[in-house]
Amino acid sequence: MSLWLPEASTTAPEIDHLIIALVLISCVVLALVFGLMLLYMFKYRAGSDVDRGALADKTWRLETAWTVATLVAFFGLFVWGANLYVRLFQPPADALKIYIIAKQWMWKVEHAGGQREIDAVHFPVGRPIQLVMTSEDVIHDFSVPAFRIKYDVLPGRYETLWFHSDRPGTYHLFCTQFCGTDHAHMIGDIVAMPQAEYQKWLERNGTGETLAEAGKTLFMRYGCSGCHGGNGAGGNQSGSTVRAPPLAGLYGSPVTLADGRVVTADDRYIRDCILTPDTQRVASYPPVMPSFSGQIGEEDLLDIISYIKSLAPEKPL
Amino acid sequence: MSAVEVEAGTVKGSYLTDGVTLRSWLLTTDHKRIALLYLGSITLFFFVGGAAAALIRYNLITPQGMIASAETYNRIFTVHGVVMVWFFLIPAVPVTLGNFIVPLMLGARDLAFPKLNLASWYLFVIAGAVVLYSLFVGGVDTGWTFYTPLSSNYARGHVVLTVVGIFIAGFSSIATGLNFIVTIHRLRAPGMTWYRMPVFLWSLYATSVILVLATPVLAMTLLLLAFERIFGIGVFDPALGGDPLLFQHLFWFYSHPAVYVMILPGFGVVSEIIPAFSRKSLFGYKFVVWCSISIAVISFLVWGHHMFVAGTSLYSALVFSILSYMVAVPSAIKVFNWIGTMHKGFIHFDAPMLYALGFIGLFTVGGLTGLFVAALAADVHLTQTYFVVAHFHYVMVGGMVSAFFAGLHYWWPKITGRMYPEMWGRAGALIIFIGFNLTFFPQFILGYLGMPRRYHSYPPEFAVLNVLSSAGATILAVGYLLPLAYLTWSLFRGERAPANPWRATGLEWMTPSPPPTVNFISTPIVTEEPYSYPPPESVQRHV
Repeated sequence: MSLWLPEASTTAPEIDHLIIALVLISCVVLALVFGLMLLYMFKYRAGSDVDRGALADKTWRLETAWTVATLVAFFGLFVWGANLYVRLFQPPADALKIYIIAKQWMWKVEHAGGQREIDAVHFPVGRPIQLVMTSEDVIHDFSVPAFRIKYDVLPGRYETLWFHSDRPGTYHLFCTQFCGTDHAHMIGDIVAMPQAEYQKWLERNGTGETLAEAGKTLFMRYGCSGCHGGNGAGGNQSGSTVRAPPLAGLYGSPVTLADGRVVTADDRYIRDCILTPDTQRVASYPPVMPSFSGQIGEEDLLDIISYIKSLAPEKPL
Repeated sequence: MSAVEVEAGTVKGSYLTDGVTLRSWLLTTDHKRIALLYLGSITLFFFVGGAAAALIRYNLITPQGMIASAETYNRIFTVHGVVMVWFFLIPAVPVTLGNFIVPLMLGARDLAFPKLNLASWYLFVIAGAVVLYSLFVGGVDTGWTFYTPLSSNYARGHVVLTVVGIFIAGFSSIATGLNFIVTIHRLRAPGMTWYRMPVFLWSLYATSVILVLATPVLAMTLLLLAFERIFGIGVFDPALGGDPLLFQHLFWFYSHPAVYVMILPGFGVVSEIIPAFSRKSLFGYKFVVWCSISIAVISFLVWGHHMFVAGTSLYSALVFSILSYMVAVPSAIKVFNWIGTMHKGFIHFDAPMLYALGFIGLFTVGGLTGLFVAALAADVHLTQTYFVVAHFHYVMVGGMVSAFFAGLHYWWPKITGRMYPEMWGRAGALIIFIGFNLTFFPQFILGYLGMPRRYHSYPPEFAVLNVLSSAGATILAVGYLLPLAYLTWSLFRGERAPANPWRATGLEWMTPSPPPTVNFISTPIVTEEPYSYPPPESVQRHV
């Protein structure tokens, strides 16, 4: 039995500090509560003839004192926890993306280079990793205790989670949102590898076709190219008869929608555009795109998004 | 507390002897008899839920699971959750102790709507029968939280049947809540002003307000769930155009206030017992009263803290975090007030007091660990693990069940007219306290180490702590069977109880034990504050 859990991510020690502080505060309060209780149980037991004296008839000073003390302590804990939480969910811009598709009862993992694995996530240490996660059926939860992170994986949308590990090793991956019969078997390995080993792993597991390349084939097959152009150049420019927005350079850039909102074209946005185009219509384009909801599987969607992403010019880091 | 003296001797018989046929019990509108009908029902449910708990702990003795099938295990923990939450924890104190004591404490003859009271028991029994039936025909494997789309489109069990049972139980809750609210407004004895009401009444008032306002939301949510499951109407399943988070918002909008439905009556019970056995008035009476009310209000604004990693907005999580800390403040104040009550008291260690002291200790641990999961970043690591399981069991079982036992022992002489055996009572309180800690404390560590909830099997490194927890559970089981045995024994062999065995204040002690059907021979008149125990200096002279 080990009462120690490895701190395998850069944020794990910070979360442990918060938990240790909470443990210490709890110990102080428990010592106070149990100490006073035991003291009074002994000192003021019915048989004891210790002098009770007169009772204080005003209690509001004491009440105010402990109310204020409690409020101040709680506010401090709130700020500490909240500040760390907000940072936990702000991914750095240069994170390496890995795609997670959950289904009853397995984790399907896809890397940009086309490597696919099940119930295991291999990744390099020394750089931030961002997971883009979705579910094909019910709600799951991607939890890595050694990194002190978890987040629900929902059907019908992308959730993201990021971490940065400097410690090579293999850690538990648990599904922590109850998802049906074999919930307890929806576990896997998180494998943090040194850069060089990771490169070798990528080469060994390469399929010869990256996600973006697979996506290009799908882009043709689903007829996207009919309007958006053969290489995503946009309607009208490449012989298409329908006016559709160009896709090259789209990923990561701001888009003005027909309803006036300005959004950043990230994975989530592109996914929503494909599945529910009428809610995401780009300003000055006609609402002609059909919905692909229910027609493209999660894995194909990721491929197509990777393809669209590959059409973007390299962003300087 | 009252100008009325005990009129024992002038009363012939009691509510227990006023009709002995089965019919006189099943058609009774006497709040005291209905309380006993409820006591029988919730005892049954407590042991059904407890048996499921025993099977859960049995399964987790080995990493691969002692129960062969994961599906069976999933159904067992769902039964445990559903039965314990809706058929024991939520009703327990209000429908048994509340039903019996509220009119007595108020100096009233009965609740405002006696027939509605009986109807609510029948609703409860029908609801329980439906849920038990669904259990016997195969049960459900969604967990008591019924998260969509698992429950609406994927789970294979009898979801709709179970949900119908809970739906009916909800109406029983609403009827009880309504009855208490009207009773406390309309049936107070002459002189019983709001600030002369014992805290138990205030607590049940706050509880009733939550029941009446929150339960309809649960009813609607479950109805929508049933519609989606039966008719395929897309409300929660994204594949049908729904939103799975909507279910969680609606579910917790009921279920978080419901946590306070469970614990507020417990606060009320303990606020009666600590003064009674310290022979001293409650410290900071008005603070304790207004803490109950503020808990009832704020409890409606914290549901989002169940969803810090569920996919809601980052900034809404900040709001829910600070509101969760706010709702913890009044609970902390209460703990300080109970300890303040003991200061300079004359403390007696009868069984009700031991249970109440156990409550304070266990509830404090439960409350403090609540601070962990209210701290956003810590919650990310701890939520959905055994840490949360341990946290809410400390509040619900360590806290609420201990308070229920405290109250049951305290009012047992009044209810049955018999004394329970004191030594056995004290032993029970001690065994439950020890067994409880052995069962649930290891689960805090398991949770920190990352063991997820609702796992039929687990990695071997969690085995030692799980075995410890299961071993503790056997002691806890003995602790819960003990009161069942000696309280039953005392019904027949217990010493006859005087009207006020604890020399406590409160109108309920001014009438014989057990009380006559009409409660009071003449309407009591209240002339004093609650908890008017003699000041220490006057008592000390006698010592």
